[in-house]
Amino acid sequence: MTDSQTPERSRRRARTLGIAFLLFALGILILFMPSTEPGQQTRFSFVETRAEALQIGDLIFPTRIGLSLLAVLTAFTGAWQLVRGFGRANTVLGIVVGLFILAFLTWAARDQSMNLTGLIKSSLLRAVPITLAALSGVMCERSGVINIGIEGMMLTGAFASAVAASVASSVWMGLVGAMLAGGLMASLLAVLAIRYKVDQIVAGTAINILATGLTGYLNSRFLQRTPELNRPPTFSAFPIPGLSRIPIIGPAVFNHSFAVYLTMALIVIIQVMLFYTRWGLRTRAVGEHPRAADTLGVNVFLTRYINVMLGGMVAGLGGAYLVLSSVARFDELMTAGKGFIGLAAMIFGKWNPIGALGSSLIFGFADSLQTRLAILSIPIPSQFLLMAPYLATVIVLAGVVGRSRPPAADGVPYEKE
Amino acid sequence: MHTKPSDSADSEAPLDRSEPPAPQLQEGPRPISSPSPEKRPRSRFGLRSLLLPLLAIGTALVLGALLIVLTDVTVYEAFLENPLLGVGRGFAVIGRAYGAYFVGAFGDPVQLTEALLSGNVPRILRAIYPITETLRISTPYIFAGLAVALGFQGGLFNIGAEGQYFIAGLATVFLGYSLVGVPQLLHLPLALLAGMAGGALWAAIPGYLKAKTGAHEVITTIMLNYISFRFAEYMLDVGGPMARGDGRPVSPEILPSAYLPQFFPGRIELRVNFGFFLALAAAWAVWWLLYKTTLGFEIRTVGKNPRAGRYAGINVPRSIVITMALSGALAGLSAATDILGVLRFMPNAFFSGYGFDAIALALLGKSHPVGVVLASLLFGALRAGARNMQGIARVPLDITSIIQGLIIVFIAAPEIIRQIYRLRGRLEDDGLALARDWGEG
Repeated sequence: MTDSQTPERSRRRARTLGIAFLLFALGILILFMPSTEPGQQTRFSFVETRAEALQIGDLIFPTRIGLSLLAVLTAFTGAWQLVRGFGRANTVLGIVVGLFILAFLTWAARDQSMNLTGLIKSSLLRAVPITLAALSGVMCERSGVINIGIEGMMLTGAFASAVAASVASSVWMGLVGAMLAGGLMASLLAVLAIRYKVDQIVAGTAINILATGLTGYLNSRFLQRTPELNRPPTFSAFPIPGLSRIPIIGPAVFNHSFAVYLTMALIVIIQVMLFYTRWGLRTRAVGEHPRAADTLGVNVFLTRYINVMLGGMVAGLGGAYLVLSSVARFDELMTAGKGFIGLAAMIFGKWNPIGALGSSLIFGFADSLQTRLAILSIPIPSQFLLMAPYLATVIVLAGVVGRSRPPAADGVPYEKE
Repeated sequence: MHTKPSDSADSEAPLDRSEPPAPQLQEGPRPISSPSPEKRPRSRFGLRSLLLPLLAIGTALVLGALLIVLTDVTVYEAFLENPLLGVGRGFAVIGRAYGAYFVGAFGDPVQLTEALLSGNVPRILRAIYPITETLRISTPYIFAGLAVALGFQGGLFNIGAEGQYFIAGLATVFLGYSLVGVPQLLHLPLALLAGMAGGALWAAIPGYLKAKTGAHEVITTIMLNYISFRFAEYMLDVGGPMARGDGRPVSPEILPSAYLPQFFPGRIELRVNFGFFLALAAAWAVWWLLYKTTLGFEIRTVGKNPRAGRYAGINVPRSIVITMALSGALAGLSAATDILGVLRFMPNAFFSGYGFDAIALALLGKSHPVGVVLASLLFGALRAGARNMQGIARVPLDITSIIQGLIIVFIAAPEIIRQIYRLRGRLEDDGLALARDWGEG
């Protein structure tokens, strides 16, 4: 926390947060309460499949009481923050935002039924490609190479996975192809950024343009003429025995395709690798202070090459997920900005794999909520919910809430003396 | 009023890692194009300085040709029959593709001379159609390229031209269709100004955030891009506040009093308009601003070294905000001229592509207005020609993006060009040392 260094500053920040919490409480009362009728009831259901070990009935409660309860809880948190102060203000901020979202859901589902388990499930599914993109960014930037070419790497990964999986009619070959293609694109970034010391934002932009051009070109040259090249198989759901029968979490988290589990495993692996292994220590050293790392015998260039290539492979997987999880075909520009949301998630998650997952989940939640608003006939344009991730990232970047700090040598080419 | 916070943001970052053994780490933000300051204030274009761009373009075109040949099945078929035949077939394929490229961009020279000699006006107009298309496509490119170039000169990387385009487009089209009964002399400038203001305000946000909090403009402009896409989508979506109301997700048509006049009035198919002259004027204005005014000097000084600028008494945060706003105004003009001169309404398109192409333009033009105009004419020609190439030689449009991407690579890494052509000595403006650290100032 760079902000909480001076006591005067942190006190002011604590006060601001307290007032913000109170405003959230007020928001619940002003935004949601007036349009709620006294007799209305909210129904949350938790059943996705009928396979859970324990069937949980729907949660039904009067909307007004639910809203008041949430408002009181939020207001109490705000008052407590003002009077006594919480130790971990950011965590509490997260909880308050969560309460506010819950209030929104309570209000949105009045006189209707909302399937919370389904909501969590689809949030997770939508978060997967974002998470992979963010992980790719984490890998590169922790070693000091800015990667804004994630979008391009995902796109090439998606293309390669479609072709490889169609030719071999195996999803696994699709994953391999995607990793190779993403790695190839990343090696271009690596060579430009490390060997030629090209401005990394320029290099990333070049990769995005090249990837758009190459995939579009090859698509119209080959895939559109021979559609058999663009008919990949897809992953089928694989419920984890036992775990998938846990109520609520089971169907939401443990009833997915292998690709989703792979992503979760990758998060854990990269988190552990980054913070508990020699490789991770070297990577972070190279990203924070390459000269010091070099003095201690770490090969700065090699570390950066490896990290960028691995990052590219992860981005490729993200592209493959888009193709092999449900769409089952490659379309031009199908990544549609997922790589850039991943970039946002990486910043939002403070250059940290677990953080990347957390922020991707929030972004995925905003995305899946957006699709439900129309069904629930909520008068909020879906576009505003889709804006939310980007807006949140700008707010975090501006340091309004909890500044996110990049590795010190991020984007600075290293020159050996 | 915002000097103090940015002071701390600007000076803390370099101080944090100013350990003695890391001399080049403490340099902080590095200059944009020319690493050697004594060469920079030149505003002329030497022949030598054209070498790198020309070689980069040539190499990219050759690689593009290679890709076309390698992905052509008929070449392989001919090669299997007889290797010599294959080579011949390869050249034939390239010849046809690039021939169509050229004709699509500049017109058929034979037809053109014949038409000129015949003196038949409709025939001449038909023959020059490709050139007019090239100029038309170049117009928004010039504005967008200038926008990014101006940012580069001020040490700012404006990836947000794309988003500024959308916000400016909304502002322009709104004034364009809602001001009824205003004479053209007033309506057109107002609509153009609306676009400039929309772009400037939208771009001033990341400028302000950078000046005040140190938030890196690359990330904030990317985020603002997506926010503006969604906003435009909301405004123009069926049933949205600015939708036409006939079930199509487009804005209403602008009124004729807001039209940018055509070069060839009465010939709708020749879409080139006075926006092109506006673009040239804008290029001149940017040149004048950068090299002949105090503000321009301040912008360039801050771009090279903000700390030096601060010691020289320049209000750095103010300069950052102004640079971004001016950059956004230029990006806004690309939308305004597009809408007032060509489209006449605003479609709910997700991606114009100008924003990223503009980065290539600014790099290729070395952030100099003249260079940007030349680069924009080239890109306009590439885009205009690509359509013809797709129609005649069946080479997908996307080849243009590949060539553009390669051009960026070669311009940004002149070392590669030097190695390919075994050039000795330094190419002028060796490389682009834009690399700065990410988040904080």
